[in-house]
Amino acid sequence: MHLYSESRGDFLLIRAAGDRIDAAGAIQFKDRMRELTQTSDARVILDMSKVAFLDSSGLGAVVAAMKALGPGRKLELADLTGTVEKVFRLTRMDSVFTIHKSVPEGLRNAG
Amino acid sequence: MPDELGLVGQAAPALPEISFPANQHQTCVTLAGNNDAVRAGLKRLMMLEPLAGLSDDARGTFEIVLAEALNNVVEHAYPNAPGPILVGVDHLPPVLRVSVYDLGLPMPDGQLPKGELKPLVEGEELPEGGFGWFLIRTLTLDLEYERDGGFNKLRFAVQAE
Repeated sequence: MHLYSESRGDFLLIRAAGDRIDAAGAIQFKDRMRELTQTSDARVILDMSKVAFLDSSGLGAVVAAMKALGPGRKLELADLTGTVEKVFRLTRMDSVFTIHKSVPEGLRNAG
Repeated sequence: MPDELGLVGQAAPALPEISFPANQHQTCVTLAGNNDAVRAGLKRLMMLEPLAGLSDDARGTFEIVLAEALNNVVEHAYPNAPGPILVGVDHLPPVLRVSVYDLGLPMPDGQLPKGELKPLVEGEELPEGGFGWFLIRTLTLDLEYERDGGFNKLRFAVQAE
Protein backbone atom coordinates (compact mmCIF):
# COMPACT_ATOMS: atom_id res chain seq x y z
CA MET A 1 0.00 0.00 0.00
CA HIS A 2 1.59 3.25 -1.14
CA LEU A 3 0.50 6.34 0.74
CA TYR A 4 1.39 9.83 -0.43
CA SER A 5 1.00 12.88 1.77
CA GLU A 6 0.68 16.52 0.78
CA SER A 7 0.47 19.48 3.10
CA ARG A 8 -2.52 21.70 2.27
CA GLY A 9 -2.68 24.63 4.69
CA ASP A 10 -4.29 23.28 7.86
CA PHE A 11 -4.66 19.84 6.39
CA LEU A 12 -2.45 16.89 5.72
CA LEU A 13 -3.97 15.13 2.73
CA ILE A 14 -2.93 11.48 2.44
CA ARG A 15 -3.76 9.57 -0.70
CA ALA A 16 -4.03 5.79 -0.51
CA ALA A 17 -2.72 4.59 -3.86
CA GLY A 18 -3.19 0.84 -3.42
CA ASP A 19 -6.50 -0.84 -4.19
CA ARG A 20 -6.71 -2.92 -1.00
CA ILE A 21 -6.24 -2.49 2.72
CA ASP A 22 -6.37 -6.12 3.81
CA ALA A 23 -4.70 -8.66 6.08
CA ALA A 24 -1.69 -8.84 3.75
CA GLY A 25 -1.07 -5.09 3.96
CA ALA A 26 -2.59 -3.91 7.25
CA ILE A 27 0.64 -3.65 9.24
CA GLN A 28 2.42 -1.79 6.45
CA PHE A 29 -0.52 0.60 6.14
CA LYS A 30 -0.51 1.29 9.89
CA ASP A 31 3.26 1.88 10.01
CA ARG A 32 3.26 4.16 6.98
CA MET A 33 0.33 6.20 8.32
CA ARG A 34 2.21 6.66 11.58
CA GLU A 35 5.32 7.84 9.71
CA LEU A 36 3.36 10.36 7.68
CA THR A 37 1.30 11.82 10.50
CA GLN A 38 3.67 11.97 13.47
CA THR A 39 5.57 15.08 12.42
CA SER A 40 2.54 17.35 12.18
CA ASP A 41 -0.53 18.41 14.15
CA ALA A 42 -2.54 19.17 11.04
CA ARG A 43 -5.98 17.69 10.43
CA VAL A 44 -5.53 14.47 8.52
CA ILE A 45 -7.75 13.55 5.58
CA LEU A 46 -7.25 10.14 3.99
CA ASP A 47 -8.37 9.96 0.37
CA MET A 48 -9.79 6.44 -0.03
CA SER A 49 -11.04 6.79 -3.61
CA LYS A 50 -8.57 4.21 -4.97
CA VAL A 51 -9.27 1.63 -2.26
CA ALA A 52 -11.74 -0.85 -3.70
CA PHE A 53 -11.56 -3.32 -0.83
CA LEU A 54 -11.02 -3.26 2.91
CA ASP A 55 -11.37 -6.24 5.26
CA SER A 56 -11.59 -6.37 9.05
CA SER A 57 -7.79 -6.28 9.37
CA GLY A 58 -7.74 -3.20 7.18
CA LEU A 59 -10.49 -1.62 9.27
CA GLY A 60 -8.44 -2.38 12.40
CA ALA A 61 -5.44 -0.70 10.78
CA VAL A 62 -7.46 2.44 10.00
CA VAL A 63 -8.66 2.51 13.63
CA ALA A 64 -5.07 2.07 14.84
CA ALA A 65 -3.93 4.88 12.55
CA MET A 66 -6.50 7.22 14.10
CA LYS A 67 -5.47 6.23 17.64
CA ALA A 68 -1.84 6.93 16.74
CA LEU A 69 -2.82 10.53 16.00
CA GLY A 70 -3.35 10.98 19.72
CA PRO A 71 -6.35 12.00 21.80
CA GLY A 72 -8.71 14.54 20.33
CA ARG A 73 -7.35 14.23 16.82
CA LYS A 74 -9.67 12.47 14.41
CA LEU A 75 -8.80 10.74 11.20
CA GLU A 76 -11.06 12.05 8.46
CA LEU A 77 -11.84 9.83 5.50
CA ALA A 78 -12.91 10.90 2.06
CA ASP A 79 -14.49 9.26 -0.98
CA LEU A 80 -15.18 5.71 0.21
CA THR A 81 -15.92 3.21 -2.54
CA GLY A 82 -18.98 0.96 -2.25
CA THR A 83 -17.48 -2.06 -0.52
CA VAL A 84 -15.37 0.02 1.87
CA GLU A 85 -18.40 2.12 2.78
CA LYS A 86 -20.35 -1.08 3.48
CA VAL A 87 -17.72 -2.31 5.96
CA PHE A 88 -17.74 1.01 7.81
CA ARG A 89 -21.53 1.11 7.89
CA LEU A 90 -22.09 -2.48 9.04
CA THR A 91 -19.54 -2.19 11.85
CA ARG A 92 -20.95 1.26 12.74
CA MET A 93 -17.48 2.73 12.40
CA ASP A 94 -19.10 5.34 10.17
CA SER A 95 -20.29 6.91 13.43
CA VAL A 96 -16.74 7.18 14.79
CA PHE A 97 -14.89 8.59 11.78
CA THR A 98 -15.60 11.85 10.04
CA ILE A 99 -16.42 10.73 6.52
CA HIS A 100 -16.48 13.17 3.60
CA LYS A 101 -18.26 12.27 0.38
CA SER A 102 -15.22 13.54 -1.49
CA VAL A 103 -11.95 15.26 -0.75
CA PRO A 104 -13.01 18.77 0.30
CA GLU A 105 -13.00 21.38 -2.45
CA GLY A 106 -9.79 23.36 -2.45
CA LEU A 107 -7.67 20.41 -1.33
CA ARG A 108 -8.40 18.31 -4.32
CA ASN A 109 -6.41 19.56 -7.25
CA ALA A 110 -3.70 21.71 -5.78
CA GLY A 111 -0.15 20.51 -6.36
CA MET B 1 -3.22 -21.32 -16.43
CA PRO B 2 -1.75 -21.99 -12.98
CA ASP B 3 0.14 -19.07 -11.49
CA GLU B 4 2.84 -19.15 -8.84
CA LEU B 5 0.24 -19.74 -6.15
CA GLY B 6 -1.08 -22.88 -7.76
CA LEU B 7 -4.47 -21.35 -8.45
CA VAL B 8 -6.19 -23.53 -10.98
CA GLY B 9 -9.68 -24.63 -11.80
CA GLN B 10 -9.47 -27.69 -9.61
CA ALA B 11 -7.46 -29.02 -6.68
CA ALA B 12 -3.86 -27.90 -7.13
CA PRO B 13 -1.48 -30.52 -8.51
CA ALA B 14 1.11 -29.42 -5.96
CA LEU B 15 -1.06 -31.04 -3.27
CA PRO B 16 -1.71 -34.51 -4.65
CA GLU B 17 -2.15 -36.16 -1.26
CA ILE B 18 -5.28 -34.14 -0.57
CA SER B 19 -8.48 -34.95 -2.33
CA PHE B 20 -10.75 -31.99 -1.89
CA PRO B 21 -14.34 -32.45 -2.98
CA ALA B 22 -13.61 -30.07 -5.85
CA ASN B 23 -15.79 -31.42 -8.61
CA GLN B 24 -18.96 -30.81 -6.65
CA HIS B 25 -18.76 -27.08 -7.35
CA GLN B 26 -19.28 -24.88 -10.40
CA THR B 27 -16.19 -22.83 -9.60
CA CYS B 28 -13.28 -23.89 -7.43
CA VAL B 29 -9.98 -22.39 -6.47
CA THR B 30 -7.33 -23.80 -4.20
CA LEU B 31 -4.94 -21.50 -2.47
CA ALA B 32 -2.21 -21.56 0.12
CA GLY B 33 -3.20 -20.51 3.62
CA ASN B 34 -1.24 -17.28 3.91
CA ASN B 35 -2.28 -13.64 3.58
CA ASP B 36 -0.66 -12.99 0.21
CA ALA B 37 -2.18 -16.09 -1.34
CA VAL B 38 -5.59 -15.14 0.07
CA ARG B 39 -5.32 -11.71 -1.54
CA ALA B 40 -4.32 -13.21 -4.90
CA GLY B 41 -6.93 -15.97 -4.68
CA LEU B 42 -9.73 -13.50 -3.96
CA LYS B 43 -8.67 -11.26 -6.84
CA ARG B 44 -8.68 -14.24 -9.17
CA LEU B 45 -12.03 -15.56 -7.99
CA MET B 46 -13.63 -12.14 -8.48
CA MET B 47 -12.64 -12.26 -12.16
CA LEU B 48 -14.20 -15.69 -12.75
CA GLU B 49 -17.84 -16.54 -13.32
CA PRO B 50 -20.18 -16.41 -11.54
CA LEU B 51 -18.63 -13.47 -9.65
CA ALA B 52 -17.58 -11.52 -12.73
CA GLY B 53 -21.18 -11.20 -13.87
CA LEU B 54 -22.84 -10.10 -10.62
CA SER B 55 -23.77 -6.61 -9.42
CA ASP B 56 -21.15 -4.54 -7.60
CA ASP B 57 -23.21 -4.84 -4.44
CA ALA B 58 -23.37 -8.65 -4.58
CA ARG B 59 -19.69 -8.86 -5.47
CA GLY B 60 -18.79 -6.64 -2.54
CA THR B 61 -20.79 -8.70 -0.07
CA PHE B 62 -19.25 -11.93 -1.33
CA GLU B 63 -15.72 -10.54 -1.20
CA ILE B 64 -16.11 -9.19 2.34
CA VAL B 65 -17.48 -12.48 3.67
CA LEU B 66 -15.04 -14.73 1.87
CA ALA B 67 -12.06 -12.56 2.84
CA GLU B 68 -13.06 -12.84 6.50
CA ALA B 69 -13.56 -16.60 6.25
CA LEU B 70 -10.15 -17.04 4.58
CA ASN B 71 -8.37 -14.69 7.00
CA ASN B 72 -9.80 -16.77 9.81
CA VAL B 73 -8.37 -19.97 8.32
CA VAL B 74 -4.94 -18.37 7.90
CA GLU B 75 -4.89 -17.02 11.43
CA HIS B 76 -6.54 -19.80 13.41
CA ALA B 77 -6.57 -23.05 11.41
CA TYR B 78 -3.01 -22.68 10.07
CA PRO B 79 -1.27 -20.58 12.74
CA ASN B 80 2.14 -22.22 12.33
CA ALA B 81 2.46 -23.48 8.79
CA PRO B 82 0.21 -22.60 5.88
CA GLY B 83 -1.80 -25.43 4.40
CA PRO B 84 -4.21 -25.61 1.50
CA ILE B 85 -7.64 -24.00 1.35
CA LEU B 86 -10.28 -24.86 -1.19
CA VAL B 87 -13.11 -22.52 -2.06
CA GLY B 88 -16.13 -23.76 -3.98
CA VAL B 89 -18.80 -21.41 -5.34
CA ASP B 90 -22.18 -22.28 -6.82
CA HIS B 91 -24.57 -19.73 -8.23
CA LEU B 92 -28.07 -20.82 -7.30
CA PRO B 93 -30.15 -17.66 -7.78
CA PRO B 94 -30.98 -15.68 -5.76
CA VAL B 95 -27.90 -16.74 -3.77
CA LEU B 96 -24.31 -17.83 -4.10
CA ARG B 97 -23.55 -20.94 -2.09
CA VAL B 98 -19.97 -20.98 -0.87
CA SER B 99 -17.87 -23.75 0.70
CA VAL B 100 -14.50 -23.19 2.35
CA TYR B 101 -12.49 -26.30 3.22
CA ASP B 102 -9.19 -26.55 5.05
CA LEU B 103 -7.14 -29.19 6.83
CA GLY B 104 -6.04 -27.06 9.76
CA LEU B 105 -6.90 -26.92 13.43
CA PRO B 106 -10.57 -27.30 14.30
CA MET B 107 -12.68 -24.44 15.64
CA PRO B 108 -12.40 -24.24 19.44
CA ASP B 109 -15.24 -26.35 20.93
CA GLY B 110 -16.34 -27.16 17.40
CA GLN B 111 -18.31 -23.90 17.32
CA LEU B 112 -18.18 -20.77 15.20
CA PRO B 113 -17.47 -17.57 17.14
CA LYS B 114 -20.52 -15.52 18.10
CA GLY B 115 -19.18 -12.46 16.30
CA GLU B 116 -20.61 -9.80 18.56
CA LEU B 117 -19.31 -6.28 18.03
CA LYS B 118 -17.42 -4.76 20.93
CA PRO B 119 -18.81 -1.43 22.15
CA LEU B 120 -17.54 1.48 20.06
CA VAL B 121 -16.01 3.45 22.91
CA GLU B 122 -14.14 6.38 21.41
CA GLY B 123 -10.50 6.99 22.26
CA GLU B 124 -7.89 4.42 23.21
CA GLU B 125 -10.52 1.74 23.83
CA LEU B 126 -11.93 1.85 20.31
CA PRO B 127 -11.75 -1.77 19.10
CA GLU B 128 -9.25 -2.66 16.38
CA GLY B 129 -10.59 -6.17 15.87
CA GLY B 130 -13.48 -8.49 16.43
CA PHE B 131 -15.20 -7.39 13.22
CA GLY B 132 -14.62 -10.53 11.13
CA TRP B 133 -17.25 -12.93 12.43
CA PHE B 134 -19.66 -10.06 12.95
CA LEU B 135 -19.41 -9.27 9.23
CA ILE B 136 -19.72 -12.94 8.27
CA ARG B 137 -22.79 -13.46 10.45
CA THR B 138 -24.38 -10.20 9.30
CA LEU B 139 -23.96 -10.87 5.59
CA THR B 140 -24.61 -14.62 5.31
CA LEU B 141 -27.54 -16.99 5.26
CA ASP B 142 -27.37 -20.67 6.26
CA LEU B 143 -23.98 -20.40 7.94
CA GLU B 144 -22.75 -23.84 9.02
CA TYR B 145 -19.54 -25.38 10.27
CA GLU B 146 -18.61 -29.03 10.38
CA ARG B 147 -15.43 -30.86 11.31
CA ASP B 148 -15.32 -33.91 9.09
CA GLY B 149 -12.44 -36.35 8.64
CA GLY B 150 -9.71 -33.80 9.26
CA PHE B 151 -11.42 -31.08 7.24
CA ASN B 152 -12.93 -27.89 8.48
CA LYS B 153 -15.97 -27.31 6.30
CA LEU B 154 -17.56 -23.90 6.39
CA ARG B 155 -20.62 -23.32 4.25
CA PHE B 156 -22.73 -20.27 3.75
CA ALA B 157 -24.86 -18.41 1.25
CA VAL B 158 -24.79 -14.73 0.30
CA GLN B 159 -27.32 -12.73 -1.69
CA ALA B 160 -26.40 -12.65 -5.36
CA GLU B 161 -29.05 -10.22 -6.57
